Amino acid sequence: MSAPAMHESGSAATDPEPILSARNLVKHFPIRSTGLVRRQVGVVHAVCDVSFDLTPGETLGLVGESGCGKSTTARLVLNLIEATSGQVFYNGTDLTTLPSKKMRELRRDLQIVFQDPYASLDPRMPVNEIVAEPLRIHGRYDDAGKTQVRDLLRTVGLKPEHGNRFPHEFSGGQRQRIGVARALALRPKVLVLDEPVSALDVSIQAGVLNLLDELQSELGLSYLFVSHDLSVVRHTADRIAVMYLGRIVETGTASELFEGPAHPYTQALISAIPLPDPRKQRARERITVVGDVPSPADPPSGCRFRTRCPKFAAELSDAERGRCVDVVPELVDRGQGHPAACHYAERKVLI
Amino acid sequence: MTEDPLADSITPTMPRNGAASDVVLEVSDLTVGFPSDDGLVQAVRGVSYGLRRGEVLGIVGESGSGKSVTSLAVMGLLPGNAKVSGSVRFGGKELLRAPEAELNKVRGRNVAMIFQDPMTSLNPVYSIGFQVAEAVRAHHNVSKAAALDRAAELLELVRIPNPRQRLENYPHEMSGGMRQRVVIAIAMANNPDVIIADEPTTALDVTVQAQIMESLQLAQQETGAAMVLITHDLGVIAGQADRVMVMYAGKLVEVGTAEDVFYTPRMPYTFGLLGSLPRLDRPSERLTPIQGAPPSVVNMPPGCPFTPRCPLSVAVCEEVEPALAPTTGPEHLAACHRSDALVGATPGDVFETDVVDTEALAHFVRKTEGQA
Repeated sequence: MSAPAMHESGSAATDPEPILSARNLVKHFPIRSTGLVRRQVGVVHAVCDVSFDLTPGETLGLVGESGCGKSTTARLVLNLIEATSGQVFYNGTDLTTLPSKKMRELRRDLQIVFQDPYASLDPRMPVNEIVAEPLRIHGRYDDAGKTQVRDLLRTVGLKPEHGNRFPHEFSGGQRQRIGVARALALRPKVLVLDEPVSALDVSIQAGVLNLLDELQSELGLSYLFVSHDLSVVRHTADRIAVMYLGRIVETGTASELFEGPAHPYTQALISAIPLPDPRKQRARERITVVGDVPSPADPPSGCRFRTRCPKFAAELSDAERGRCVDVVPELVDRGQGHPAACHYAERKVLI
Repeated sequence: MTEDPLADSITPTMPRNGAASDVVLEVSDLTVGFPSDDGLVQAVRGVSYGLRRGEVLGIVGESGSGKSVTSLAVMGLLPGNAKVSGSVRFGGKELLRAPEAELNKVRGRNVAMIFQDPMTSLNPVYSIGFQVAEAVRAHHNVSKAAALDRAAELLELVRIPNPRQRLENYPHEMSGGMRQRVVIAIAMANNPDVIIADEPTTALDVTVQAQIMESLQLAQQETGAAMVLITHDLGVIAGQADRVMVMYAGKLVEVGTAEDVFYTPRMPYTFGLLGSLPRLDRPSERLTPIQGAPPSVVNMPPGCPFTPRCPLSVAVCEEVEPALAPTTGPEHLAACHRSDALVGATPGDVFETDVVDTEALAHFVRKTEGQA
């Protein structure tokens, strides 16, 4: 499953061209005062200088805790919200400057599956109509439309004869399959999966993950897989980018990242996930972080993780800490084999 | 973690026969039903277990399996329309049909509960200090000032920084993790014998979840209480529980030590559940989803409720619901007619991993290529 390491676009001649790439994406949301004149009183730094590439047929996992900007990044990539600055290229076309008519055409290739299968399907539409809607919008629902919808439902493992039912008649896992069928209707090249299995029980979740896996290998889809669950991401993703407070703090192939995490945040995150294996889990080294995520309206200077960093608190000298406070660490390889945004990155074996 | 001596202990299904003194909470044949328009919803169907002093007993199951209702019944917190039968004994005292005044003496004092959502289990209009002190004063005749001192002490124990200042905070001024710590502090306030934690970390981010698990462990060690840990997260159970009970459709389907259940499961449901977990500690393998969905617990058909989803089911499974029976050892019980079939098997052997109609998919691929 591990794809060859492909960090910087065009770093080697053998690298395939990325199908989708984000360059220095920034998104600020204004905070407005209450009252009649809603003056802007601050800004939420949701996404700061995020860049990544997605190559054809690959899964890129975007992980982080709530509020780290992973979903915002996913929406920026699809141009569903306007970026404050930065570019998104799809096959060389910059989506951020594209006129909306052109963008609409491109949306056929870029589709999204949402987290909550209860909220993302119109409760008053039968499933056939839900799946047919993208075809109708793009003028592709012709005489063969009905068969197309039946095929789609069968493809995701649903019974086509259930097409006249409404979303509430399906279980969570089945609803998520409907969401996948709808996203596949226009035969996209890239699927953005925003926490596609987070709302499901584990035994159901496994079915949806297997489905996504099979669809990818058969249809050659590229996935941008957004999740807070590291175990799920390790299972599905070829490459992983870990986000913290709007920035990517570490990126690498799944095996690089899990076998030798170099950023203290990634280490803490991996160490915090309990393994479903009593002997291993009880023998593990724990790296615990203190406190909660700071407010993205007022992120710490320099390295954003320093306020919770166990390394900053326990290992570094005052002089070394000065660098964490003053200098934003760049996301580069400091000899760990993959890029990490920490001045004092150090590989650790945790599993 | 304390390991219970296996020798002279009793099996959890028949706590009465043993009547061993190390059992603090004894639940036998607990049944809970809720009347509905479609019939009786059988949320819990005859659950029996004995909680031993100082142990951590994990209850796992998917949503709707009845794990939360079981503990609410133990605490006497179910709504009035619930039909509860069986017996719940704490230190020899029957709790199920006890009057409210009796229950209030036990609740919070001997048996404390930690709920899932710290947002709703704290009162938004009272300060943190008041709420912790209230728990102390409910069972001890002490002055307000002394109760507040104890509250600050408790907050410090669960690692809340500046506990003195925090006493004056209101719940909305604290983060989710902090709030859950306050709830843990309240649960510890009276040195209970039993702490029931119902999904204590589900609403929290992973790094905070690890902090809370640590606080909880600390609370348990500090008070020496036995803990019932209810969760759907098998990882949390693997790290914390001495013994594990797996629930499905309102019944216990497997009971054993953590090692028994994780390494040699003898109920296909547990088996499939373990195989359906994506793992952090190894490169991906094919997952084994369990086909179908949990059954409706209204008007249940006879037989094993897992039959429709079970790849090993045979004719007898549809007729007779299996009882818990010893498997690899006297302490490791499973409710399955076919548990022998799981000896030495891997989840991949037993469960189907294909989820896609391959023919439909191939057809879809051909058409996609045709369009391109």
